[in-house]
Amino acid sequence: MPSVVVKNITKKYTQSKKEQPIIALQNISFEVEKGEIFGIVGPDGAGKTSLFRILTTLLIAEQGSATVDGYDVVKDYKSIRQRVGYMPGKFSLYQDLSVEENLNFFATIFHTTVEKNYDLIKDIYSQIEPFKKRRAGKLSGGMKQKLALSCALIHRPSVLFLDEPTTGVDAVSRKEFWEMLKRLKQEGITILVSTPYMDEASLCDRVALIQNGKIMAIDKPNSINQNFGKKLWAVRANNMFGVLKTLKSWQEVFSCYSFGENYHVVMKDDDNANAMAIHDYLFKCGYREIEIQLIDANIEDSFMALMHTENEK
Amino acid sequence: MKQFFAFVKKEFFHIWRDKRTLFILMGIPITQIIIFGFALTNEVKNAKIAVLDYARDNVSQQLIQKIAANKYFQIDKSLYSYQQVEPAFKEGKIKMAIVFPQNFASDLLHGNKAQLQFITDATDPNVATTLVNYANAIVKDYQTDINKTTVYPYTIETEIRMMYNPELKGAYSFVPGVMALILMLTCAMMTSIAIVKEKEMGTMEVILVSPLKPFRVILAKAVPYMLLSMINVISILLLSVFVLDVPIRGSLLLLLSESLLFTITSLALGLLISSLTNSQQVAMLFSFLGLFLPTTVFSGYMFPIENMPIPLQIISNIVPAKWYYNIVKAIMIKGLGIASVWKETLILLAMTIVLFTVSIKKFKTRLA
Repeated sequence: MPSVVVKNITKKYTQSKKEQPIIALQNISFEVEKGEIFGIVGPDGAGKTSLFRILTTLLIAEQGSATVDGYDVVKDYKSIRQRVGYMPGKFSLYQDLSVEENLNFFATIFHTTVEKNYDLIKDIYSQIEPFKKRRAGKLSGGMKQKLALSCALIHRPSVLFLDEPTTGVDAVSRKEFWEMLKRLKQEGITILVSTPYMDEASLCDRVALIQNGKIMAIDKPNSINQNFGKKLWAVRANNMFGVLKTLKSWQEVFSCYSFGENYHVVMKDDDNANAMAIHDYLFKCGYREIEIQLIDANIEDSFMALMHTENEK
Repeated sequence: MKQFFAFVKKEFFHIWRDKRTLFILMGIPITQIIIFGFALTNEVKNAKIAVLDYARDNVSQQLIQKIAANKYFQIDKSLYSYQQVEPAFKEGKIKMAIVFPQNFASDLLHGNKAQLQFITDATDPNVATTLVNYANAIVKDYQTDINKTTVYPYTIETEIRMMYNPELKGAYSFVPGVMALILMLTCAMMTSIAIVKEKEMGTMEVILVSPLKPFRVILAKAVPYMLLSMINVISILLLSVFVLDVPIRGSLLLLLSESLLFTITSLALGLLISSLTNSQQVAMLFSFLGLFLPTTVFSGYMFPIENMPIPLQIISNIVPAKWYYNIVKAIMIKGLGIASVWKETLILLAMTIVLFTVSIKKFKTRLA
């Protein structure tokens, strides 16, 4: 049985009777297997938090149904609240309580003790244990996230919901955080994690790319990239700002956007596209030191391409 | 049960660590009692007056001496002409002027009738009336003194007894009022803010996704404030007995249990406010306008309810503080027992039950 089943979920927010309701989620369906790290990747406002709140029984969807561990999110909300761990996007622990007090409090309200499940959080908690007397509000961003994860895990949940756990966290702490998630997966915990960072998608077992409340693709990160299906060129030259303008106005170009130090370019006539043609055009337009390379698409490229086709529809 | 105590403990940490709020919470009753007890009295004492004596005879001198000897009056200045009267009032120091016309003594003793003028500053009508009454009484006294030999054929002698508060102390009526006000404020405002704070900080989101029952959350939030309020009740009572000399004539136990009941009523109101609002500011405003004002206006300790128009009198019935105020007055000042306040107690109890049920029903188990 899958850990999480989402069927045709639609969520709208009505602000006032006159205005049109804002659609946060549109007819979303997916399933998450037990012990899987499932990533929900999308920009701000894509509907990630709404989805998490529906699955953690905090919101009710207008249409569709969902189950967590076989329990219905509306009918059996009490059972779900006993068994899931939830870490909201905003730091939501008691800032005026110390690290230790927060952990003890959450352990107690979930009918357990820190000692009982210490082995599960040991890796994470041991890093902030030297600061256990410090008030949670005085911790750094990375340490706050570690404490929040410890509190969400202390009752050994079967499903863990992490809403943007790495937003606002430094690169090193982000890497550590994902390593922790890998270890938790080995404990058999299903993890749903949302992130606006495309590079984190490759760290998930499977990802759902979400935009404007719609899922554009669900697959393994590699398969999504393989489905890119077009040649992707990384381009750079001496006058980078001019290149973007030139390429965008060239009718042969399908899409062009900046990526790191390069521009990623897809041609309209994909079958016959070659580096020489692009090189010649840029050279003709007066650019020098032109470097063009055929590269593999990553998640961000796939996301951009999917967004492009969504918009075309 | 362990969950519940963990929550209560956490709540105490919040209160204890927010030293400023704690200070306000425990400081309000003490400052209120002291302010009301010493600064804001509506009793008239040592009112400054001016005297304009055109007569300068023995009768006017005797009267002036009598007035000066009285504790209600203090002669601030002597005036020499009628033109000085108004400027003296305009200076703002004096509350009353007494004008003796020329030939006051001879008018009185030979013409059998003398005139005396009291001029008062009626910007504060209560003070003006009180002063005139006091001055009249002194004049009447003097009149009786000089007419000792005369025998009136018929006389009615009035005998006045001020029951329960023979010295007419203001403290007798405001101590119960302040108690009602403080309990309402600390309990209702503080609990509503405490709960709304969890919503604002996002911790409510995490608490909701836990096995904690809403009923327990609400109760655990209320318990610390109930204890703090009882400490406040005790400190108010200690201050009023030992500093303001207000007696507790009835049973202390009954008074404390009625206070506990009212505390719970206020807590229930606070819980209701917290379930209707989402930000601390709104909760504060709500508590202030919805509780503080009605409590001061309608409990009856500042403005007598009997003098209000009928619609307002009816509204005053739904203000819990009114009933508590009456109960405290009856027990503390009149020394009555439960037999005399059971009706008010029942009303408070019913209000509490209704408010509690509504706030638990209204407590959202989800975010929206």
